[in-house]
Amino acid sequence: MVRLNFSLIATLIMIAFKPLTGQISVDSSKYVNRKLKVDEINFVTGYYQQDGNNAAVTGGIGDEHLKDVATTFNLNFSKYDKNFNKHTLKAELGIDFYTSASSDKINPNTISSASSGDVRVYPSLNYGFINESKHYSLGGGISFSNEYDYQSFGSNLQYGTWSKDRNREFSAKVSVFLDRWKVIYPFELRPPGYGTGGDDGGGNIDFSSRNSFNLGLVYSWVVNRNFDMAVLTDLTHQRGLLGTKFHRVYFNEGSVKPENAPDKRTKIPVGMRANYFAGDNIVLRSFYRYYWDDWDIKSHTASLEMSYKLSPFFSLAPSYRYYTQTAANFFEAYKGHDISEAYYSSDYDLSKFNSNMIGINARFSNLDKKLFLVSMQTIELRYSYYKRSTGLTAHVMTVALTFK
Amino acid sequence: MNRFLFGLLIVLVVSSCVSVKEYQKSKINDAEMALSARLSERNELNFQLYREGASGANGGKSGGGCGCN
Repeated sequence: MVRLNFSLIATLIMIAFKPLTGQISVDSSKYVNRKLKVDEINFVTGYYQQDGNNAAVTGGIGDEHLKDVATTFNLNFSKYDKNFNKHTLKAELGIDFYTSASSDKINPNTISSASSGDVRVYPSLNYGFINESKHYSLGGGISFSNEYDYQSFGSNLQYGTWSKDRNREFSAKVSVFLDRWKVIYPFELRPPGYGTGGDDGGGNIDFSSRNSFNLGLVYSWVVNRNFDMAVLTDLTHQRGLLGTKFHRVYFNEGSVKPENAPDKRTKIPVGMRANYFAGDNIVLRSFYRYYWDDWDIKSHTASLEMSYKLSPFFSLAPSYRYYTQTAANFFEAYKGHDISEAYYSSDYDLSKFNSNMIGINARFSNLDKKLFLVSMQTIELRYSYYKRSTGLTAHVMTVALTFK
Repeated sequence: MNRFLFGLLIVLVVSSCVSVKEYQKSKINDAEMALSARLSERNELNFQLYREGASGANGGKSGGGCGCN
């Protein structure tokens, strides 16, 4: 599979660079407004709630109830220079609020501990340069994320190119995340004198790193006037603390330890999107992904969404997604591990399971409603229901607004 | 077998492309034909990153940046 993926990627890169040999023309007579302007403003907010009985904090048994409210807001600016090159700037801020029944069990003696809920804040800034006449773009960005036990510093570089007729596009993105964890142990497994890591001062605790290196490649093309496709991959390598130390693992002879995962992980996902405009009113959006990693997780993901345009301003899209994965080679259920094993986890996110998700998306477009200095263009309302074969269920509701 | 069929599908689709002119792209340029996840799918991609072992190649994260996958 690895050999196949690399040969496939090499072929796609060669195809992608072919358009650069084409003729280049510049239409300098075209008028372009060079002032910095706001291109688009996006606001997305959503509510997520899950229920299940396989909490990793309590060793694969116990309440997994969790609620999360996630909101992101981004501003997209653009400006043309004297050579008609486009410069873009995207500033984003995301805030998540969550409460978790299982995190509250890090110390079951507290009625409500700091770990039962948290806020995650994640701003980012991305700059882009687009040379339309030479058919390429360059970009880069930085990001930051902070939650009570986790901090992340990210950066990325991007390159894109496309054919003269814009029927084929290729893009590559290299990302690095340098993350830092507070190492928090379950209450009864803390070494003598070890701190809680909470808001009560925290005490003396260890910190550990988790570094991630990603290479994302996308090749997309127009098959015909109704049909377009893309092939995507995100090659990822991670090092550092990849397990969660406040997850308990109970062994078959009765002892308990904090989860211990390997300190390296390589992931190779290959995905494909295909969209087809059927007739005048129906858009079929499909996605398939094969995933492999060196923890022995292999998975298939397939989804299909049928968007029906009831009018030029409104569409309704029911969707279905199927997912299946094999277990990580160090996963066992509660009291399933042998004490002689080097790595161990009872986190059901790493178990063998399949899941089904159904949803519906309503999209109101071309609204052109003035709100202060901007005009609302699109409203999307989405609801999905998720059910995992392990018994976990989830509801997700999202509202997305686009202004111009 | 699945890998072979996947590779074959790619080759067939790439080789069957026709040149589509800009004025013929009214459907291709429709917002719902975008080859990316919808803006409203953002929260779903985020929870899947936490609740599933697989990640990446779908417009969401593939690792790093949060205490998740």
